[in-house]
Amino acid sequence: MTIDAEPLLRVRDLRVSFQLDEGTVRAVDGVSFDVFPRQVVGIVGESGCGKSVTMRAVLQLIDPPGRITGGEITYRQNGRPIDLARVSPRSRQMRDLRGAEVALIPQEPMAAFSPVHTVGAQIIEAIMLHERLGRGEARARTVELFRDVGISMAEQRVDAYSWQLSGGLRQRAMIAMALSCRPRLLIADEPTTAIDVTTQAQILALLRELQQKYDTAIIFITHDLGVIAQMANYVVVMYLGRVMEEGPVDEIFHAPKHPYTRALLRSIPSLQTETRAALPVIAGTLPHPFNRPPGCPFHPRCEDIRRGYCDVAVPALHALGPRRAVSCFLHSDAAEPA
Amino acid sequence: MTRYIVQRLLLLPFLLLVYSFVIFVIIQAPPGDFLTAYVATLSASGTSVSAEQIEALRHTYGLDQPFVVQYLYWLRNLLAGNFGVSLEYHRPNAELIEEQLGLTVALAVMSFVLTWLIAVPAGIYSATHRRSVLDHLLTVINYIGVATPNFMLALILMWIAFAYFGISVTGLFSPEYADAPWSLAKLGDLLAHLWLPALILGIAGTARLTRIMRANLLDELNKPYVVTARAKGLREWRLVLRYPVRLALNPLVSTIGWYLPQLFSGSLIVATVMNLPNIGPLLLRALVNQDMYLAGGILLIYSFLTIVGTLLSDIALAMMDPRIRMGA
Amino acid sequence: MRAPSIASDATVSDVQVTAAEERIAVASNWQLVWWRFRKHHLALFSAGLLICLYCVVICPAFFATQDPQRTDARQAFIPVQTLHLFDGGWNPWIPATVGKRNPVTLRMEWTTDPQRKIRVSFFTRGEPYRLFGLFDANIHLLGATDPTQRIFLLGSDRLGRDQWSRIMYGTQTSMTVGLVAVTLSVIFGVVLGGISGYFGGFIDLVIQRLIELLQSVPTIPIWLALSAALPRDWTPIQVFFAITVILSLVGWTTLGREVRGRFLALREEDFVLAARLAGARRMRIILRHMVPTFLSHIIATSSLAIPVMIINETSLSFLGLGIRPPAISWGVLLQEAQNIQTLALAPWLLIPGLVVIVAVLAFNLVGDGLRDASDPYSH
Repeated sequence: MTIDAEPLLRVRDLRVSFQLDEGTVRAVDGVSFDVFPRQVVGIVGESGCGKSVTMRAVLQLIDPPGRITGGEITYRQNGRPIDLARVSPRSRQMRDLRGAEVALIPQEPMAAFSPVHTVGAQIIEAIMLHERLGRGEARARTVELFRDVGISMAEQRVDAYSWQLSGGLRQRAMIAMALSCRPRLLIADEPTTAIDVTTQAQILALLRELQQKYDTAIIFITHDLGVIAQMANYVVVMYLGRVMEEGPVDEIFHAPKHPYTRALLRSIPSLQTETRAALPVIAGTLPHPFNRPPGCPFHPRCEDIRRGYCDVAVPALHALGPRRAVSCFLHSDAAEPA
Repeated sequence: MTRYIVQRLLLLPFLLLVYSFVIFVIIQAPPGDFLTAYVATLSASGTSVSAEQIEALRHTYGLDQPFVVQYLYWLRNLLAGNFGVSLEYHRPNAELIEEQLGLTVALAVMSFVLTWLIAVPAGIYSATHRRSVLDHLLTVINYIGVATPNFMLALILMWIAFAYFGISVTGLFSPEYADAPWSLAKLGDLLAHLWLPALILGIAGTARLTRIMRANLLDELNKPYVVTARAKGLREWRLVLRYPVRLALNPLVSTIGWYLPQLFSGSLIVATVMNLPNIGPLLLRALVNQDMYLAGGILLIYSFLTIVGTLLSDIALAMMDPRIRMGA
Repeated sequence: MRAPSIASDATVSDVQVTAAEERIAVASNWQLVWWRFRKHHLALFSAGLLICLYCVVICPAFFATQDPQRTDARQAFIPVQTLHLFDGGWNPWIPATVGKRNPVTLRMEWTTDPQRKIRVSFFTRGEPYRLFGLFDANIHLLGATDPTQRIFLLGSDRLGRDQWSRIMYGTQTSMTVGLVAVTLSVIFGVVLGGISGYFGGFIDLVIQRLIELLQSVPTIPIWLALSAALPRDWTPIQVFFAITVILSLVGWTTLGREVRGRFLALREEDFVLAARLAGARRMRIILRHMVPTFLSHIIATSSLAIPVMIINETSLSFLGLGIRPPAISWGVLLQEAQNIQTLALAPWLLIPGLVVIVAVLAFNLVGDGLRDASDPYSH
């Protein structure tokens, strides 16, 4: 797999906050990463670490009271960079991009289709929105897409309602919709969380296959490290709205630099360990969103804490190599400007 | 779908039968019977009736029979389209009811249409512009609308029109059209008079429906399929109208089942206050004067309209929602 | 093999417990409801207003300035009189109204004469009445210092009766009708809905059909017919109870449905199974385990049903087929305002209608507040 020199998507110091009655929640607090064409980037982190919000920010789909408060989201459309963070969510430019250039596979396939419109109608609508096709042609393409994603009896299934399909079929239809306008970037937001394990494996295999066939880049959001190992070329580890560590998948799994990444990897059961041994867990609990610790967000739970550093300043994301970075005072003293 | 409608239609005569019995019990409940009242009216107008004549009349009307037989008599006559004769007007009840039925239905239907025309856009606006000035204003209007009995609203509006503008907003026709044959001009005149009572009748319902629409739409706007549609690149207003509004309308359609009957019932009060040609005031007079067969006929018509309203709502809901249509 | 999720949602909710959260965790259900209700300022204000209205219900005679049935043809259609509290120091008074017959229309025309002041005082002696039907009393909140004088705070009607005093008595009737009718509805609804939901099967089927039948009844015509069927010679008290029963005949169905739904859902809950396995009797399971879980919800729903009953009673009485004179209710008072000519002459006859609107508004606001508060674990 060749990697282009220019990234397709370049996110720098992205910040998203939610203004609630109880206070401000900084859901995304200075996130940076790159996505290169035809690459699969896995974003991993616990629930509430801001990974979904980051992806919604890319599509400008943050609902009030949330707001992008800073940073750049540079998307390269036909070689021309656009800063999506500056584009208005309701503008024509943004709408033309959604679905056509950047598509989304949402979290819950159960509720992601409208129950009173047929699945086909919703996909045909997406196609006709971005391409000059008649209804008949759009329908033909939908049927073809259904075959591509492995839906049998595609002709009939196009006219089905989402509640008539099984969870796996629904997710396949969702993938068909996301691919319908041949986007160059696909954002898959925990696409396999809500379906059973066997189907999950099939969907993952399908996604890999389609990624090759359609030449799209994928951002794969999950909290499941096993899925990351199967799918991604490149991994971004997030905790409480910040990037802890990023790098190629092999390096993350075999040479993790950040104490958080190491803790995560320890908590995966493996075939080698003794069967009845308790799985190591990460000490402490996830802090309340209104109650972020000062300094490095992970320091209250960190085993390698450097007192006077980690609980005072926020470590900057420090580049270790061309595509390898970690934000930890164990590796660099560089701190975020206060 | 067809099966569903046929099922509901088959239920209709059965329900009417149940209602007719209940109604017969109610109209027979007051002391004395139709004939006592009839003889009283006759003597009041100076006609004396002998005991034999009364007995003969009693026999003709089947009043010497037991209760159930009387009911069956009444039912048989009803099926033959014979609603009996009014004591007060000395005319067939069917004729009296027929004269006013069209306008009764027209008032309720107009009210219903106005309600939806106002409630749906207002609810959509409120939900999509939550916490805006107009949303708050609509909320206040809704609370007051629900709290105001419609006869009270009618009284206030009539009083304002009369005391400050010197006009009388009663009746459904201008004097020149009252007895004229039906024409386009007369229809226009009717609509010009009908909208105000229709609005008054529908105001509480409009307030309720606006609140339901707002709440439903707010729920729907948070559903994942809205994000999916937005991620497709749909224009915002088109997206809102096509997906969440469409779904938020379903529970609203199911309100037709209680709302139409409520309009038929409520029109009785508004029509009485505003002196409109309507079966409502006719029923009121019939009840006060113990003109029981007329009252029974009108009650039966009300029940019929109510059942039809519920039926229409069920059919509309099945048409709107594939989950119900296909029995999911 | 599937790798486990690195975080379950339990970790998120398992946040550091602060003092405030601790307080919430140990609070009883009713405390939680109260804390949440307290936040709705409008609902709280309305609740205060309702308490005032119920004070009037307990003893309307104390708040009335005179006998509500006292007529005087020479004092018909007197307009609203303004109460002045100061007259060079604390000395409440009301300007006297003098009538002059218009020579053309032959109508009485009333003008206030600020020179003639009727002295009034608070907690003054006046018309004797029986407090709670037990004690003789004659203290009124407000009255003319000279008991032979009459004051008309809200004007008088066509028979020269004092509207203020009549509204006080009307409040008693109308608010009581609402409360009693809803209480009856709740009893019917909980018992029948409970039976339907708890036992299921054939009983459930019958009760469900009954509810459907009653819900599709054209309510107002049927109510009218029923109250027209009431014997003419019944006393006002009998009529009052009959009307209340008639109103609650349809009112219970909504509650019945809701209670049934809850019972159906709760029947499957583990704590009910646990209680059954522990050998609790059926009635004990229903009353001690099931009902308390939705009691606050029932209270919220009933407080929203009261205003509906009040509007219905008012409408019925307004049409002359509800509470009948000489009994006084808001609807009976509004009957005086039926004629538009009279209304143009004496617009203050609409004031009872405003009282109805305010009361219904207050009930609705309190009900909405309670409904939001009755689910303390949401959000």
